[in-house]
Amino acid sequence: MFDRRLFTNFDWTLLALVLLITGFGVINIYSASSSYREIGTPYFLKQIYWTVAGILLCLTVCSIDYHMLEDFAYWLYGAVLILLVLVLVAGKTSMGATRWIHLGFFTVQPSEPMKIVIIMTFARFFSRYPVFQGLTLRDLLYPLALLGAPALLIMKQPDLGTAILVSLIAGTMLLFVGVRWSALATMAAAAIPTIFLGWRFALHDYQKKRIYNFLNPDLDPQGSGYHIIQSKIAVGSGGTFGKGFMHGTQSQLRFLPEQHTDFAFSVFAEEWGFVGCLVMLTLYLFLIFWGLGIAKRCNDRFGSLMAVGVSAMLFWHIVINMGMVIGLFPVVGVPLPFFSYGGTSMVTSMVGVGILLNISMRRFMF
Amino acid sequence: MKAHSGIIPDGDGSRRIIWISFGAFAMFFLLLSRLWYLQMIDTDNLLDQSENNRLRFVPVAAPRGAILDRNGKVLVSNTPSFSVAVIPKDVKDREQLVSSLARLLKLDPKEIQDKWNKGQGRAKYYPLVVASNISRDQMEYLEENRLSLSGVNIEMKPVRAYPNGELASHLLGYLGEVSEEELGNERYKDYNAGDYTGKSGIEKSWETFLHGTDGGRQIEVDARGRFLRTVEETASTVGNSVMLTIDLDMQKIAEQAFGDKAGAAVAIDVNTGEVLAFASNPGFDPALFTGRLPPDKWKEYLEDKRHPLENKALKGMYPPGSTFKIITAIAGIEEGLIDAHSSVDCPGYYKFGNATFKCWDKKGHGHVELRKALRESCDVYFYKLAERLGVNRIAAYAKKFGLGAPMGIGLDNEKGGVIPTEEWKRKRFGTKWFSGETLSVGIGQGYVLATPVQLASMIATVANDGVIYQPHLVKRIVDLDGKPIKEFPAQQVGRANIKPSTFKLIKEGLFAVVNEPHGTGGMARLAEVKVAGKTGSSQVVKMRDSKGEVPYQFRDHALFVAFAPLEKPEIAVAVIVEHGEHGGSAAAPIAGKLLRAYFEGKGVIKKPVSKQEAKGEQAGDAGNSGTTPAAEEETE
Repeated sequence: MFDRRLFTNFDWTLLALVLLITGFGVINIYSASSSYREIGTPYFLKQIYWTVAGILLCLTVCSIDYHMLEDFAYWLYGAVLILLVLVLVAGKTSMGATRWIHLGFFTVQPSEPMKIVIIMTFARFFSRYPVFQGLTLRDLLYPLALLGAPALLIMKQPDLGTAILVSLIAGTMLLFVGVRWSALATMAAAAIPTIFLGWRFALHDYQKKRIYNFLNPDLDPQGSGYHIIQSKIAVGSGGTFGKGFMHGTQSQLRFLPEQHTDFAFSVFAEEWGFVGCLVMLTLYLFLIFWGLGIAKRCNDRFGSLMAVGVSAMLFWHIVINMGMVIGLFPVVGVPLPFFSYGGTSMVTSMVGVGILLNISMRRFMF
Repeated sequence: MKAHSGIIPDGDGSRRIIWISFGAFAMFFLLLSRLWYLQMIDTDNLLDQSENNRLRFVPVAAPRGAILDRNGKVLVSNTPSFSVAVIPKDVKDREQLVSSLARLLKLDPKEIQDKWNKGQGRAKYYPLVVASNISRDQMEYLEENRLSLSGVNIEMKPVRAYPNGELASHLLGYLGEVSEEELGNERYKDYNAGDYTGKSGIEKSWETFLHGTDGGRQIEVDARGRFLRTVEETASTVGNSVMLTIDLDMQKIAEQAFGDKAGAAVAIDVNTGEVLAFASNPGFDPALFTGRLPPDKWKEYLEDKRHPLENKALKGMYPPGSTFKIITAIAGIEEGLIDAHSSVDCPGYYKFGNATFKCWDKKGHGHVELRKALRESCDVYFYKLAERLGVNRIAAYAKKFGLGAPMGIGLDNEKGGVIPTEEWKRKRFGTKWFSGETLSVGIGQGYVLATPVQLASMIATVANDGVIYQPHLVKRIVDLDGKPIKEFPAQQVGRANIKPSTFKLIKEGLFAVVNEPHGTGGMARLAEVKVAGKTGSSQVVKMRDSKGEVPYQFRDHALFVAFAPLEKPEIAVAVIVEHGEHGGSAAAPIAGKLLRAYFEGKGVIKKPVSKQEAKGEQAGDAGNSGTTPAAEEETE
């Protein structure tokens, strides 16, 4: 099974690209957290530890032939779904949301692995599903149920960001499989009353407030609109070449909320300017294209679907996070992959990369 | 290598990937356009906002909780204090600002300059305190000249106020800026440089309750760093108050009773272990440590032979002298070596080997039984008893009464004293025990050392027939509204297993000390309440009969331990007057005043109408009445 070709075909470009982005991330975290008074290990160092752990995990993932994942997909889906139910029943509440669950000796946040698991589940589902003329509404019934169950559970926690992400990942995969225009039009028509009802009944007040603030941040500049305004000021004041490493006034003054995690890019934009941002965007775009390229070159449907799913996962994280930082989207707690501080995000993203590497290096294996 | 066109069963996959790639590119293009707009087009405006119309974070220190006495009277509270801070980033001309600040505040420009330099390492946007504790007048004067002072902020923060001055200064402790070392400690993780924290006493031990939670304000300032408005405010939470077991009135009386003498007094509620008075004299002014301590004051404290900065009640270790005879006597009775009627003949000395151990009374006490031995503090009686007991047995009984180990009263660095044994000496000095040393131990000399807290607990345990309560200083923690948060009830921590008949004999002897003719403790006598006690004088240095006045630092310490009332004890006290020479004349009157204050507070004794000092009409003759006998080998 283990073949020399695996090594020869190892996708060094992808790994190098990821490490390059992570490196920028660590440097940026160093600056972003320099104004904190820390006890213990500094954030940038912890991020390095997480990176090392992430890479080991990534290599573990790519050492198992991804075709085996096909057999596990539904089991994993079921297991994570049960955990999501357990979170609601017996979860641990922190900062007003219940996202964690104690499993005896450690705690897990099952909404995070759901991002990967939904990719596997959809890939599994559609790899054996004959599609000729695109999916009809009828065809969409099962997949939407598979998506709806976890998405609603996650939204209930409440973790709108993750719920949206899971839905966007699944949606992108559906588009890749192909949906009929008629089905798309019907869904769009149905979406309007759903959004209306959702706004009335499903969204929490703080979530509505965030959306209001996004639509008009100047209404409440001292309250929750504050984050958007401060982040925009940080990004814009960076100008063409930025204020220089460690010299961002907005970040060193700690105007930015969670500036080493969700708003890390804001610090980067302030200190490195438009030129820095252009470099980062190019790197990220290259990463996404590379992922889609793997999907395109893959010889089997399951692998191809998985590669599209992982690319979609990374893509939507990037777009939502950056969109939030530059005031295009409302504030939802979505980290920038490989760039924001945090072990959870690092692990999920690295597992995703592991899957891509896995598919990439086994493309000749038939 | 063959070309890879995606082999996807439905055939359209490859085409769709291209569409998806287009979509992704479009989204990234959108992000880039927005970045272009913010960073290339709107940048001047946003840069302006970030530079000129800036928000500042100003930490707001939480007022510390108060420290109260057992009746809720204030021992320590807060008062507002104003300080001047500069935000270096907003200062246009540093030289000029320093000189105008110096002029307005009437301070040395060098001093301001020094403080400024010291804070140089920190972020340029953080306020840097250059003058603290300025007067209200100075503050108003500055406020008027505000326009010419860009980058200057006046901050108000609460500082400690001590309405009773030096009262209980060692117990309460003082505050100081949190040190660099402490900042690295987990316990201080919420502290910032420049914050104040308890450095000693209750202020330190109960820091977590007293501190409160700091708040902060986001303020907007203009281009010159002047305050425009408060944007966001997180309120600080006042710390909880600590209610002590101390009685303010008794504490005052205890400290006043010492006059200018050095020493310590501890009074304990026998039935709960609550400490009613915890005095160490002389005190210091705790307020001095919060601000700048004037160097001359500091020097004065350090040069004072009476060591005002030392908490003598907690850390002072003294030979207990004759007060230790209580332990020796209990050991003797319990071990069956003596009873009430065993007698000794005291000729004024005891020959042991080729050494002579003197009794404090050279004339000798003649025929001595237990009661008389305690009453008149006959040394020879206890030399002989100690010789028969041996040091290890004496030590075993001393330890039953909590001597030789810290009591755990709840303050840092409590001392444990020393109760020597043969093994202790071998470990400590590597030499064997000499039996002559046992004789010294029997009268509380030699290696024996105890703190005032231990002696107070020891006599309280005697009063209690062996029940030991944890001596403690804090009654409860209360929040801002006075609602109790935590209570510290009486806690029995041990029991000295001694026969009740033994305690009865000892108590009779101790009653005789205070109330019978020839008793050494007559000056602690109260007409209304039966007081029992024991005097002690402990030698500081061994001296051969010296002539004339003994220098202060070589004079004996005077001790007195007592409890009252005899039948149903309520309060126990231990008093030590450093270099006070005689327990009966120096320490017993202080104990008497403390006991009187306690029973006056209870309404048992009527307060005298005139401020006439209730002079003990007695003076239980004995050798304490004033003639200074030459220092003895072992003294009373």
